[in-house]
Amino acid sequence: MDPTPIISTHGLHKSFGEKTAVADLTLTVNHGEVFGFLGPNGAGKTTSVKMLLGLVHPSGGTGEMLGAPLGDPAARARAGFLPEHFRFHGWLTGAEFLRLHGQLHGIEKSVLAQRILELLDLVGLVDAGDKKLGAYSKGMLQRIGLAQALINEPELVILDEPTSGLDPFGRRLVRDIVRDLRDMGRTVFINSHLLSEIEVTCDRAAFIHQGRIVRAVDLHESDVPVVRVHARVGALGPEVLAGLAALAADVQAENGTLAFSVPDEAALPGVHRYLVEQGVDVYAFRPEKQSLEDLFVQLIGTDGGQ
Amino acid sequence: MIVERVLIIARLTFFEASRRRILLAALVIGLLFLVVYAFGINAILSDIARAGDLNFLVHREILNFLSMAGLYVINFLTVMLSVLTSVDTLSGEVSSGTIQTIVTKPMRRWEVVLGKWLGFAGLIGLYILLMGGGAAGVVRYFGDYTLPHLWVGLGYLWLNGLIMLTVSVFGGTFLSTLANGVLVFGLFGVAFVGGWIEQIGAIIGNATAVNIGIATSLLMPSEAMWKRAAFLMQSELVGQIGFSPFTASGSSPSALMVWYAVGYVGLVLLWALRTFRGRDL
Repeated sequence: MDPTPIISTHGLHKSFGEKTAVADLTLTVNHGEVFGFLGPNGAGKTTSVKMLLGLVHPSGGTGEMLGAPLGDPAARARAGFLPEHFRFHGWLTGAEFLRLHGQLHGIEKSVLAQRILELLDLVGLVDAGDKKLGAYSKGMLQRIGLAQALINEPELVILDEPTSGLDPFGRRLVRDIVRDLRDMGRTVFINSHLLSEIEVTCDRAAFIHQGRIVRAVDLHESDVPVVRVHARVGALGPEVLAGLAALAADVQAENGTLAFSVPDEAALPGVHRYLVEQGVDVYAFRPEKQSLEDLFVQLIGTDGGQ
Repeated sequence: MIVERVLIIARLTFFEASRRRILLAALVIGLLFLVVYAFGINAILSDIARAGDLNFLVHREILNFLSMAGLYVINFLTVMLSVLTSVDTLSGEVSSGTIQTIVTKPMRRWEVVLGKWLGFAGLIGLYILLMGGGAAGVVRYFGDYTLPHLWVGLGYLWLNGLIMLTVSVFGGTFLSTLANGVLVFGLFGVAFVGGWIEQIGAIIGNATAVNIGIATSLLMPSEAMWKRAAFLMQSELVGQIGFSPFTASGSSPSALMVWYAVGYVGLVLLWALRTFRGRDL
């Protein structure tokens, strides 16, 4: 597989007037992975994706997608995109809509006709191909939008909240399509605020909060990204906390409770030993494997970043 | 490939006007207009025939006047059609987000703008051909009269429509639909009033008024195209009197004004292509 990243950005930044939508987007997406871009609503996910696709011009920073600077039309020929809240002209039928987008990609007529049939079948809209988009339900629109994103057999598929408006059956369909794409060696970039969705489908995920990437996690290392320890302890000096910060991440100490994270269980005895050696009284030491949701809440806060 | 993509968008735009029944509505109303027009002309002409003993010249003046009256309405309808169909084509697609799947295809944004412009330009041309041709046909059938320079005149009407279209497409690259409508009709109004100030100024010999009129024509040459068309198609008598409800030849736009209008359309369109490139969608 191509070792150069399919997407790489450095300090991408976007402000709309006074408001900063994306403060610093530095990220790398590798060929063939399913990458989840997670964050609460308003965190800057959609603006980030729009910068990748040249819909929004960055206020600063640089980036490359498919080996070309952001916004390069030739690179977009190898990408597919499903926008958030996908909508299109209601007076086109589903098949006409797909034909239009195929033609804009310059796909040859006979190839396109065949591909439209395959895609309608893939998204479960064979019977609705002749219906006008205006008569489609929200879920059907989302499906035809997804078919549109695949019309050029793209190397990179960017999906912005792909499961919004979909019933559980539709969600499973999206998950299956993403899995198929991965099996074919394609790269998928998914924007979502739904953690479970990302947890099930993605190889790697990055959390974005207030326009910044706060953490990137590999979802294959283990089912859980980190072990979070909640301890009850006696008095803690600042130098003990400083030493602890060298051994563990996200250290929080308050009124005799102590919480910190370590990458895996193997690190636990060392931390415990350190605390005891520093003369800290340990009353309880409770390691917990974290779900993505725990991590999300821990990174972004229970208020969802609002 | 660029040409193909531009034509795909042009076709889509044209197709949209027919699918959304804009074209149908315009043609139904247009047909209604032609029917009323035909009945009216027929009634007037038979009345004149009953009166008998009418000077050939007067007869022709009446036909010229009726033809011009018809074209005046068609010009107005064309202006409306040009603006109403195109005013939300960019701003509407930006706010609904439908443009997002289009401009993320391997195409440049200007291709989308140009394609839309071409689609509407064709639509307006077809409309003028059907309406202007229909009205001319009615007069020819009932009165055996054809306006002088009819086709060139209709060409200027088309150019007028293209001016309205281009300004409306340009506004759509950075304004909301409503603001754009205010801009385009506002400019149209300024040019309209300016045109009349110019004419009255010419009659009373007031140079300042004439210059104000010319300045508004330079800002928005739409009304000037109608005046130019009316000037070309007027009868000799009107030309000698120098005034009719449609034009005063004392200060009619020159042929140079037509070239100015062509350049205006070209430049404003280029400006639109450029402005849309920088917009965040």
